Amino acid sequence: MIGFSVNGKRVDLDVDPSTPLLWVIREQLSLTGTKYGCGMAQCGACTVHINGEAVRSCVAPVSRAEGKSITTIEGLSPDLSHPLQRAWLEEDVPQCGYCQSGQLMSAAVLLREKPAPTDEDIDEAMTGNICRCGTYPRIRRAIHRAAEMVAKGGAR
Amino acid sequence: MIRRTVTRPTMNTSQIIADTGRRNFLKASVAASGGLLIGFRFPGVSAMAAESSGSTFMPNAFVRIGSDERVTVIVNHSEMGQGVYTSLPMLLAEELDADWTKVGFEPAPVDPKYNHPAFGMQMTGGSSSVWSGLEQFRQAGAAARAMLIAAAAQQWNVDASTCRTESGAVLNGSNRKLTYGHLAAAAAKLPPPEHVQLKDPKTFKLIGKPIKRLDTPEKLNGKAEFGIDVKLPGMLTAVIARPPIFGAKMKSFDDAKARSMPGVRKIVAIPAGVAVIADTFWQAKVARDALRVEWDEGSMQNFDTSKMMQGFRERAKTPGTSVRKDGDADGALESAAKKIEAVYEVPYLSHLMMEPLNCTVDLRADSCEVWTGSQFQTIDRANAAKIAGLPPEKVQLHTTFLGGGFGRRANPQSDFVVEAVHVAKAAGTPVKVIWTREDDMAGGWYRPAFLHAIEGGVDASGNAVSWRSRLVGQSIMAGTLFAAMMMKGKEYDPASVEGVDDLPYAIPNVTVESHQAEVNVPVQWLRSVGHSHTAFAVECFVDELAALAGKDPYQFRRALLQKQPRHLGVLDLAAQKAGWDKPLPKGMGRGIAVHFAFGSYSAHVTEVSVTDGQVRVHRMVCAIDCGEYVNPGIIAAQTEGGAIFGASAALFQELTFENGRLQQTNFNTFPVMRMDECPKIETHIVNNQEKSGGIGEPGVPCAAPAIANAIFAATGKRIRRLPIRMTEAV
Repeated sequence: MIGFSVNGKRVDLDVDPSTPLLWVIREQLSLTGTKYGCGMAQCGACTVHINGEAVRSCVAPVSRAEGKSITTIEGLSPDLSHPLQRAWLEEDVPQCGYCQSGQLMSAAVLLREKPAPTDEDIDEAMTGNICRCGTYPRIRRAIHRAAEMVAKGGAR
Repeated sequence: MIRRTVTRPTMNTSQIIADTGRRNFLKASVAASGGLLIGFRFPGVSAMAAESSGSTFMPNAFVRIGSDERVTVIVNHSEMGQGVYTSLPMLLAEELDADWTKVGFEPAPVDPKYNHPAFGMQMTGGSSSVWSGLEQFRQAGAAARAMLIAAAAQQWNVDASTCRTESGAVLNGSNRKLTYGHLAAAAAKLPPPEHVQLKDPKTFKLIGKPIKRLDTPEKLNGKAEFGIDVKLPGMLTAVIARPPIFGAKMKSFDDAKARSMPGVRKIVAIPAGVAVIADTFWQAKVARDALRVEWDEGSMQNFDTSKMMQGFRERAKTPGTSVRKDGDADGALESAAKKIEAVYEVPYLSHLMMEPLNCTVDLRADSCEVWTGSQFQTIDRANAAKIAGLPPEKVQLHTTFLGGGFGRRANPQSDFVVEAVHVAKAAGTPVKVIWTREDDMAGGWYRPAFLHAIEGGVDASGNAVSWRSRLVGQSIMAGTLFAAMMMKGKEYDPASVEGVDDLPYAIPNVTVESHQAEVNVPVQWLRSVGHSHTAFAVECFVDELAALAGKDPYQFRRALLQKQPRHLGVLDLAAQKAGWDKPLPKGMGRGIAVHFAFGSYSAHVTEVSVTDGQVRVHRMVCAIDCGEYVNPGIIAAQTEGGAIFGASAALFQELTFENGRLQQTNFNTFPVMRMDECPKIETHIVNNQEKSGGIGEPGVPCAAPAIANAIFAATGKRIRRLPIRMTEAV
């Protein structure tokens, strides 16, 4: 048995410890917002937080989650109230939307660590997340917008 | 004019008229709504539909209004990022005078009444959803509005002509108001109108505005359901070992190890390869990798793309099938003051949607349900039915969100659907087939590699006098059921030459010839299809002619486009917004390109720098003229996205084969532009009332030539092969 918490809920699973966390999240826990894109930490679609750190869950064995706290896109906020989700809405960022869970999860760590990120900070934090539709310019604008929201207060 | 250039199948026009002609369309009955509500698995939709049945008003196949005031627009095109779940509802809601905050969408089931009005089957492609749906969705909204007005007029006992509508309600005089939800049940009992009056565009409240997308919220919290997310009770997951070489056949397989691995339920040979069916994806994948399959490698075992391109080069030295012949290009070349020749080459490309291919099938004795991100519903259903041994009506295909499509999910053979039905037959339970990224990339159906050999000449005053293009590449249409329609009366594939056959420049002598290459690599339409390579060759060569003539590349194009006002319009707009004449720092260069595709005109001005052989794109200024438009926010997004898609191909992407085996496997060897490589992009939209054109694809073609031409401006070196490598520049 492997035990950890997901979006604040404790889970104990009987699962092969070498299984990538991604597939445990998607299949055992039915949290399908976290996406499979490459299986080799190339595209970032599977990004989740383990104890607050952005991790590519497609290459992280589920054993790495033991005793830790996992946040997936479903746990970013209960009601689209996270400043990034609000900014994403205002900038109308997604196209196909498949990569956006991963984009948001990477951006969430960036924004926490650098509340006023520069373009260079965004390049560095977001370059591991591929968007085939080409929403990068809007993602960049949305991150800056979310930072402004946080700076003005009114958001956590 | 627009229709002529569309590269998707045009089939069976009479059937289309029968299916979606206005009379039938308006007659679609309320009773049909019950059938339409079954089986959707989109969050919230089923619950909402169940609640509203009984008092639901469904005046036609495209809209349903519930007593809860919700207006659900049934969309017959697939949402793959291009915004159809917003732009098409906008059209309907505009004529309905709906309260936009109450408007939602739902994917259409497969039914002839949802056929594409121009193509006679249910599908999404050719950048055609909005222009082909303009009339259809507006009519549907106007018809519903007329019936709601009639219902209100009846209740008030007034003449319908004295009623007006506003934001989801019918109004009369200064104090009477009934909301659409209130009127739904009564309106459902009324006959549809014979004629409807469409709005004067001057009164539009939604059309033409940058309305936010309806599908954004569920794409920000993980709720949007893509094909790969579908989950059914008792469902198993399969991963397939497919041939490592195109045309290879399975001789035998050893599953001794795989069979005993945890979670593995069945291992079966199917026409596509060997399927491992297991409880979970990871178990299936690990066991699939443990299979030992012996293949009869077949005729492609020595296939090598470098040899293939050498063959293309030789072939281009001989005349091909005539596509266009104005004047005497060869004669004019002979007498030209200066001439130049160039050979442009582009590789095979993968669509590389972020969501790898997948398909879920629940096959029963007398029915079959399929869930997948399809761009080709009619064909996928028919092909699934054949394998299931059922009539198509017994197969329902549920269109999920598509995690990118770019043409790959419009496969003439329904490859990813057909094999899933085969697996379901063997599984005996609902099953989802998932392709790994590597499976997806190696699975074929690529943008074909192409070669353009071009010769041109200018006279003593620098006027272009001759142009001769010869193309060599595989046909996308040949061998498919679209060949007869698309290639009718032609000895070449129009999808191979689109964008060269209509060369817009006023050059008196133009010859275009095509060689069709026969290669056993499956090829398919990829975002912008033929234009993805023709614009590169044509716009780079025009640039080369300008340099030969000693003229500015922008002014050289202007002079040759005097009779092409819309080309000229976007060209001037892009040049002006980019500041064409403003000097750039040393080491940087500015390039320009203009192209017509899918009914729309596009121009790019792009700024690059080249440092130690490394190309960096800094700025792309895009101008787009797609005629009368619906949502400028979506148009800007598609134009930006198209530019990035085109730039990714230009800078990074190439599929190569050695000994029949694909050399690229994943994003590390077939890169996509990333955040830190993405330039600043500006989009400028021409506002006019011309006929609507497409928007999903027209943003792509100019990216590569504008970058290549900017590299010339920066370095004096020409790029003639994609992806761009400065070591190959001449």
